[in-house]
This record gives sequence, C-alpha cells and structure tokens, in this order.
Amino acid sequence: MPQYSLTINGQSHQVDVDADTPILWVLRDTLQLVGTKYGCGIAQCGACTIHIDGKAARSCSLPIGAAVGKKITTIEGLSEDGSHPVQQAWIEHDVPQCGYCQAGQIMTASAFLAENKNPTDQQIVEAMNGNICRCGTYTRIKAAVKTAAKNS
Amino acid sequence: MTKNINTNRRSFLKVSAAAGGGMVIGFNFLGCESKPRIPEYVAPNLEIPEKWNTLNGFLRIGENGVVTIMSPNPEIGQNVKTAMPMIVAEELDADWDRVIVEQAGLDTDNFVRQIAGGSQSIRFGWKSLRETGAKARHMLLMAASEKLEVPIEELSTEKGKIYHKATDRVLDYGEVATAAASMEVPEEITLKDPKDFKLIGQSTRNVDGFKIAQGSPLFGLDVMEEGMKIAMIEHPPAFGMKIKSIDDSAARAMNGIIDVVRINVEPEGWNPQWSDVNAYPELVAVVGESTWQVMKAKKALNIQWENDSDLENSAGHEATMKEALASGNGEVARIDGDPDKAFEMADKVIEKTYSAPFLAHNTMEPMNFYANVKENSAELIGPIQTAQFLEGTLEGVLGIPKENISIMMTRMGGGFGRRLYGHFGTEAALISKAVKAPVKLVYTREDDMTQGTYRPAYMVTYKAGLDTSGNLIAFQIKGAGIPGSPVFHNRYPAGAVDNYKVENYQVATNISTGAWRAPRSNFIATAEQSFLDEVAEAAGKDPIDFRIALFDKAKDNPVGSDNDYDAERYAGVLRLVKEKSGWSTDKPGVYRGVSAYYCHNSYVAQVLDVIVEDGVPKVDKVYCAVDCGIVVNPEGAINQIEGGIVDGIGHAMYSTLTFEDGVPQQSNFDKYRLIRQKEAPKSIEVHFVDNGVDPTGLGEPSLPPIGAALANALYRATGTRLYSQPYINQVELLG
Ligand code: FES
Ligand code: FES
Repeated sequence: MPQYSLTINGQSHQVDVDADTPILWVLRDTLQLVGTKYGCGIAQCGACTIHIDGKAARSCSLPIGAAVGKKITTIEGLSEDGSHPVQQAWIEHDVPQCGYCQAGQIMTASAFLAENKNPTDQQIVEAMNGNICRCGTYTRIKAAVKTAAKNS
Repeated sequence: MTKNINTNRRSFLKVSAAAGGGMVIGFNFLGCESKPRIPEYVAPNLEIPEKWNTLNGFLRIGENGVVTIMSPNPEIGQNVKTAMPMIVAEELDADWDRVIVEQAGLDTDNFVRQIAGGSQSIRFGWKSLRETGAKARHMLLMAASEKLEVPIEELSTEKGKIYHKATDRVLDYGEVATAAASMEVPEEITLKDPKDFKLIGQSTRNVDGFKIAQGSPLFGLDVMEEGMKIAMIEHPPAFGMKIKSIDDSAARAMNGIIDVVRINVEPEGWNPQWSDVNAYPELVAVVGESTWQVMKAKKALNIQWENDSDLENSAGHEATMKEALASGNGEVARIDGDPDKAFEMADKVIEKTYSAPFLAHNTMEPMNFYANVKENSAELIGPIQTAQFLEGTLEGVLGIPKENISIMMTRMGGGFGRRLYGHFGTEAALISKAVKAPVKLVYTREDDMTQGTYRPAYMVTYKAGLDTSGNLIAFQIKGAGIPGSPVFHNRYPAGAVDNYKVENYQVATNISTGAWRAPRSNFIATAEQSFLDEVAEAAGKDPIDFRIALFDKAKDNPVGSDNDYDAERYAGVLRLVKEKSGWSTDKPGVYRGVSAYYCHNSYVAQVLDVIVEDGVPKVDKVYCAVDCGIVVNPEGAINQIEGGIVDGIGHAMYSTLTFEDGVPQQSNFDKYRLIRQKEAPKSIEVHFVDNGVDPTGLGEPSLPPIGAALANALYRATGTRLYSQPYINQVELLG
C-alpha cells in the first residue's frame, strides 16, 4: 500500500492506505477522527465536509491523494475547545436534534463565513443548501450562521 | 451484572451505597473499562467527585454535591436525554449546573419502557421520574434532619442545598449524600405542585450540544473497540429475491479482507417478534480491516439471485389499491346513522381520492451496530430504539441467555421509526459469531435505503355530503394501504357527523414496511385536512370556522361514544393559531393554508403561508399552535416541532420511493429527494397552550397536519388542488 504524508489539524501523519481510499475513511478508520461523518458517499449530503486549505470539501468523494501537501481541517481541529464562533453559535441556538449532520453543517458554515463576513440571508441559504439535515433544523442553522457572522 | 436478580417494583429504588467512579451496579456492560465509551455530558468546569453515593437506579451524588442522573431512554434526536433528567432534577431540587447526564444501557430491572417510539418517553416517564427525584430528595432531607438535629419539616431545599432557615444553616447535598444513601426509601411521596416548578418549563440546552459542535464520538458509527473489524452486508437487489449462489473468490483475494460469510437472522424454529421486520433474513457479509476495503470487496462479490415471490411495481401498486377501493368488500370499521341515505338526501356530494408513495426513513446515520459475540456472551453497542426487544431476539437467535447479553445504546443519528426494527443488531451479532471477532456492521447509504422498513403506500377516498345550509351531514372514508389502511376510524370527524362510515382495505406485499414517524397519521392527516378544506369551500365557509363548528358539535352533542379526541382541546389549538397568525386579517400576496390534527396524545394546528416569487410559490412562514400539556423544555420542544414541520413539508412535497420489478428506484440522495435549506420555511413560530396538564408527546405530532396546510396554501396560490404525493409532480415550489 502506498504511503501518504498528511497535515491534519496542524499535525502531520503518515498513513498506509489504498490509493483510491477517500479522505473520509482515512480520517475515520485510520486516524480515528470520527467527527467527520458518512452520510451518502456520493457528495450529496455534506455530512463529510472538511476544509482543504480553508475551502469546504466533500471528503467522501476525494481520494487521499487530494489531501497531500494541503492543510486539512476537520471538526476536531476547527478549534481546540469548541470556541470557534460557529460552534458557539450552534450551542447558543441549540441547533442539533440528532446532531449527526451538524459537524458537516458547521464546517460548511465556517468555510463560508471565512470568505463572506457579512452575508445576506439569501447567501446563507445558498451556501448551506448542500448540507442535508434529515431532522429539519434548517431554520436554526440559518439563525446560527447569522449569529456567527456577527460574532466573527 | 445484577440482571439475574429477580427484582420487583419496590427494589427499583433499592438503595446501595456503592462507591467508586465506575458504572452504577446494573448499568455496567461486559468488559467495561474505566473510561466510558460513549462520552457523557458534563457541565463545563465540573469537578468529578472521587466517591459517588448511589441513591437509586437513576441517581448518584458525589461528596462535592455533583449529581449524576441517568437518562434511561434512547436518544434519537427527540432530546429526551435532556428532558428526562430535567424531570428528575426538578423534584430533587438539584442544581442543573452541577448535573452530569449519563445514558443508561439496557437495564430492564431498573428502568421501565426503554423505548423511543410513539412520542411516549415523557408521557410514560413523567410520574416515575418525578417520584424518583422526590424520593431521593426526601432521603437527603432525612439525613440532614439527623445531622442538624431538627425536624424534617423545618428544612427546605433549593439548587442542591438544604436550608434550615431558623438557624441559618446550610448543607450541600454532597455533605449528606453518604448518609442519605443508607436511608429507607419512602413508600409514598408528595410531588411538587406544578406551579412551583423551577427547572421544568425553562429552556435548557441539549446536554450533548457542546459535544456535537465539537464532533465528539457519540454515535453508533463512531464506536471503536479493540480488535474490531468492519463488516458490511449484501442483500438481494429486489424484494421477492433471495440468494441462489455465491462466488466470493474475487472479494476474498482483495486487500484487507478477512472473511465472507452467509448469515440467517431467522434460523429454523425461531419465531420472529414484531420488531424483527426484515425482507431479507439471509445475507452475505464481508468482513475486513477497513470500511473502504470492505466497500470495494462488496462490489466484487459475484452473487446469483433467484426469485422467491412476485417482483412488484409502483404502477401495479397504484392499480391494486384502486381496485381494492372499488371492490366494495372492505372491512367496515365504524358506522353511525345511515350514511347511504344521508348521501342521497345531500344537496352537495364531494368525493376525492388521495394517495402517497412508500417512503424510506433515511436517518442521516445509516444502520450500524457493534457486536462482540463469544461462546456464551454477547456485547452489543449501537443505535437502537427498542433495545429490550433486540435482547429477546438475540437470546433466541444466538441461544445465549439474556443475562449474558448486554446492549449499550448510543446516541442515534435519527430514528423516525427505522431503529425500532433491530435486524441490523442481530446481523452484527451473527457476523461476529461467525468470524469469532468483534465487528462493527456498517450499512452503506444504498444498503440502508434499499432494505427499509418503509412507510407503506396509501390511497384513501373521502366522500362528504352537505345539506342546503352547508352543514356536513354525511362522511365516508375508504382507506387502502400496502399493506394496511391508514384510517383511524374513531378520530375526528368521527363523533361530529351524524352519518359516518369507515371501510378498510388491505393489499398484501413482500416489501418490508413499518412505523415511520407518526405512523398512518403522517398520511391520513394530510388527506383528511386537505379534503376538509375543499368541503369547507364547497359549503361556502371559512376553513377554520367550518372545523370549529364540527368540534362544537362533537363536544355538545357527540355521535357515538368512542371518539378518540378531546373536542375542546382540539378546537383550542385552532383558535390559538387563528389568533396568532392573524387569520382574520387579509394579507395581500400571502396565500394561507390551515390544518389541524391530534395524534400521540397532543393537539396541533398550523397555518402555512405561501408567497409567490417570479411566478413560483415559496413557503414563507408557518404558525403552529400546540397543546401537549406541560412543556418540560420549551426550546427543545420548539426544535422538535420545527423539525416535524420541515420533515412533513419535505416528504409531502418531494420524497418518494418507487419500485420496478421489486427494485427500489432510489438508492441514494441523488435520486431520493429530501428537503434542503432553500426549500425550508423562512420562519416557524410556535405557540403552546398553557393548561398545566401532564405532558404528552412531541416527537411526532407536528408532522402529520403540515402536508395539508401546504396543499391548502398552494391551492390558494395556484388554483390547483393536490391529491397525490409528492406534490412536486404537480406543482413547482421555489427553492
Ligand atoms: S457523505 Fe460526503 S457528501 Fe454525503
Ligand atoms: S440534526 Fe439530525 S440530521 Fe441534522
């Protein structure tokens, strides 16, 4: 199996995995970073969203090679102590129901807010549209993104 | 384990002064290590005590006054892990900031009804949770009364402290916890007057909220155990097929693959329970080192399938339901007065047929389970709504006695009824047994969507007769479903119409179906409330006034005695939503639909506003009035209601599962459409009826009526009445 050097949440890792392994499964199985979730495996739901060089990406549909030489951030590395404004806004608005989709939602929202500090409602809705929440917490997600934008 | 001790209700509150920070007796699961595998909620900055005193099955108090409250029921996103401990803490007068909430494992000795289903956790737990807290508080007071040498009546409690006001003395619960643990458990206890509630009725944050925001491992899919292998199943591609032969040579030769085994969750002689619904008892399982390797090997399996029974089609389903309804040989479930004659005499007769397709549950976290089965023991960890039934199935299928089986419930990435049916737990156990190793069984999204316990497909024909003044004088419902009718014959408008009849029709199928959030109600409410809207229009009446007139009749002069609702509470939510939505004021450019329903012991009424942007309708705002008695945790309750509304709009509008030759035509979110952020209402406003009655369910009741509020609003916006779900096949909705 080929070897890959990765930088994840500021730490370097060496992994031995098949070349076609999606980043998602390297994170979950090999590195035991299970905050990044599996929802569909075909880039449809956003549960597996991570940041690659600060941009939101679907880790289920990118082979591990795509992570080499890049800065990967997962939900575990968004902040050390849950203090990122998006995480704080999620707690404040008590967004989650089951919670399963929320790491992906938070990663999408944080990448979006890093680019757009002062979004309109319409832009928030557009940005978050790729992330499915089966429990239907959409109105809270929208409200939390607005709060996070204010506090960023 | 204490499981083989035969306990009764009295010893439910058996006292034991167990020390040590480990699991309470009765909650341990085999091989439990010092570190809990499922991280628990700990309020920030709490110091974990070194010594715990166990007051009862729910409660431990540390010498520093920190309290651990067990949450007995499975958490599927309905937020019982916050609400149930809140009820205990209320009667205990605990300081919520010094409370740790811990998920209990399956323990039928200590807990009753550890099930998530039917929106009943709070309703059934209400009294016993309160008594548990109150009795523990009394034991603390007894200990304090001895210590302070004052009569118990002179003591009061607040936020984890005991006060003797006369002498200005204060004790922390922690100071008397050890003594309290050896006090006699009171037989009888007086509960608080709900007026004095301090915690109940206060919005309290989800106890796992912080962990969720940090991506902590909470879910079944996150379970990692020593030596654990990954397993996946391959099931037949079509309902009506089974395995003929397996060539696994290519799969076995692949990197990281350990074994390929064939399992049967219904071995000969085993009688399945209700929770064992499963169309494919025989499966092929691939076991390997990592998820991706197993996923690839699964694709390399060469399995021949053969027909076992009919291969069904959606077109055929619709035709069969139509035929059934037309056959006239349904089972009559209720008849009041003389409907046939009343229809003959009616001035106007309206007859409409409504239908809805099969639906998959599509919990965001696919089915999975961890199992470690040994010679005579089984340890399971995973997302299950009905652990005690899974335990029974495992006992039968594995031949291992219950006391040697432990099941730990993880937080669940959604339930919606899917995890009532625990075949995936049994599958994990059988795979572990076959490969003699601990395994985590993981379904791919495709496995999950194409091996469901689906919401049945439904078709129902309503007929209403109006007299010349627009009064409803006759009402008939003919309901068909694959496999069963969705009609509740004693629900509204039964009791409000003199001449009333219900007929039910059943259509057999080999597609596995089961409970899906608000079973039957999820369809019938939408059909009924869409129909009543049309009838009110034909009668020339306002849709809310028309419904309220029927409730008045059901209240003052009910027909029959078996009417399954309280007409006054029902009308109450309609009146509340009418007022809060400003129904009586015209809002130019806003098209409004109303709907109301009663299920799972709670009453809900909704007004949904549609606006039109660039010629396309869009859901703007939803007003919702709810009567669920005392609201334990308002913010959590509102979240549930919002979720039900979004879920209901989404499924009525977009979702469908269709079949061709037994093959589900949607297997992932590219084809199976779920509601997304853009399509969700812009805002949702929730109002509760404040009546102080004991709390009832909230996980389901807001979903059933909303589909009709949407259909009725869309009718006003577009002029098209909607009869067949998903509505997207007939009208566009802006996203
Ligand atoms: S799991 Fe990657 S988008 Fe769904
Ligand atoms: S909170 Fe359950 S899927 Fe979003």
